[in-house]
Amino acid sequence: MAIAADSQFHVLAVDDSRIDRMLIERLLKTSSFHVTAVDSATKALKILGLVEDDLRNFDTSVASKFHQDVEVNMIITDYCMPGMTGYDLLRKIKESKSLKDIPVVIMSSENVPSRINRCLEEGAEEFFLKPVQQSDVNKLKPHLLKSRVKEEQEQPINNKRKGMEESYSPNKNRQKM
Amino acid sequence: MEVGQMQRQWVDYTKSLVFEGFLDGQFLQLQQLQDENNPDFVVEVVSLFFEDSERLLNDLTFALDQNGGVDFKKVDAHVHQLKGSSSSIGAQRVKNCCVAFRNFCEEQNTDACLRCLQQVKQEYCLAKNKLETLFRLEQQIMAAGGSIPMIELSF
Repeated sequence: MAIAADSQFHVLAVDDSRIDRMLIERLLKTSSFHVTAVDSATKALKILGLVEDDLRNFDTSVASKFHQDVEVNMIITDYCMPGMTGYDLLRKIKESKSLKDIPVVIMSSENVPSRINRCLEEGAEEFFLKPVQQSDVNKLKPHLLKSRVKEEQEQPINNKRKGMEESYSPNKNRQKM
Repeated sequence: MEVGQMQRQWVDYTKSLVFEGFLDGQFLQLQQLQDENNPDFVVEVVSLFFEDSERLLNDLTFALDQNGGVDFKKVDAHVHQLKGSSSSIGAQRVKNCCVAFRNFCEEQNTDACLRCLQQVKQEYCLAKNKLETLFRLEQQIMAAGGSIPMIELSF
């Protein structure tokens, strides 16, 4: 069976600014994503099924205890937030066995090269400078499709489909000019 | 005034706001995100901007009025937020004021900060008036049965 193209991708957007939440939600929806927008990294972790206390010794058995009601295909988060920053959130996600393969995108109003590099090194797929544009959001689908193909290939039920893997060249130019 | 005339007036007014630097391309991007399914998107986002800005300007006034010593980290945090939201809606002159303001926060220069606060309040008032004028024009167009034109981004 082909990639379930009819099931929408679900993006979790995290930003403490309600204006920016409204903006990113609208941008994502014009690309036909299903969106959940929250105002803190802590809330994001709750949705992802992670709770702070258990994060240090995280394993899949703990993850199943906090049943994820909704599947999240991508997380897009602001960098500067009070409490837990977007960078902290990124790290927690990448440290989690069950969540580390979910693509994470960072947004920031400040063009700080060391910040950008740190996020990319930590595993962020993209780094968008604010205000985020439609052209930025258009870059998201390839990451999501790649994840979905990877998921399907890892399914034991499905047969290997050699032709299915998209020839995809990752965009290395992540820093916005 | 008939609808076509009102629409042309709306286009001219929007363009003048961009040429005069009150609004930048980000505002036009917001308009592009508005459609029949989300007809109030721009008004809604800008209304949030008005609410947030007024709160932040009050907070800034209070923070800079501390005779016991100004907490510049707090002042900077407020200005950072105001810079972010003005940038997100395309209120260019407000945003530019915030950039200067943050530099003075870093220098911990109270007098300069107070001057910046005055300036940013002025720019905010101007931006608010102009946006409200624009929205009134929109309401008139829609009341007359017309629709808001799409502006070319590359003018």
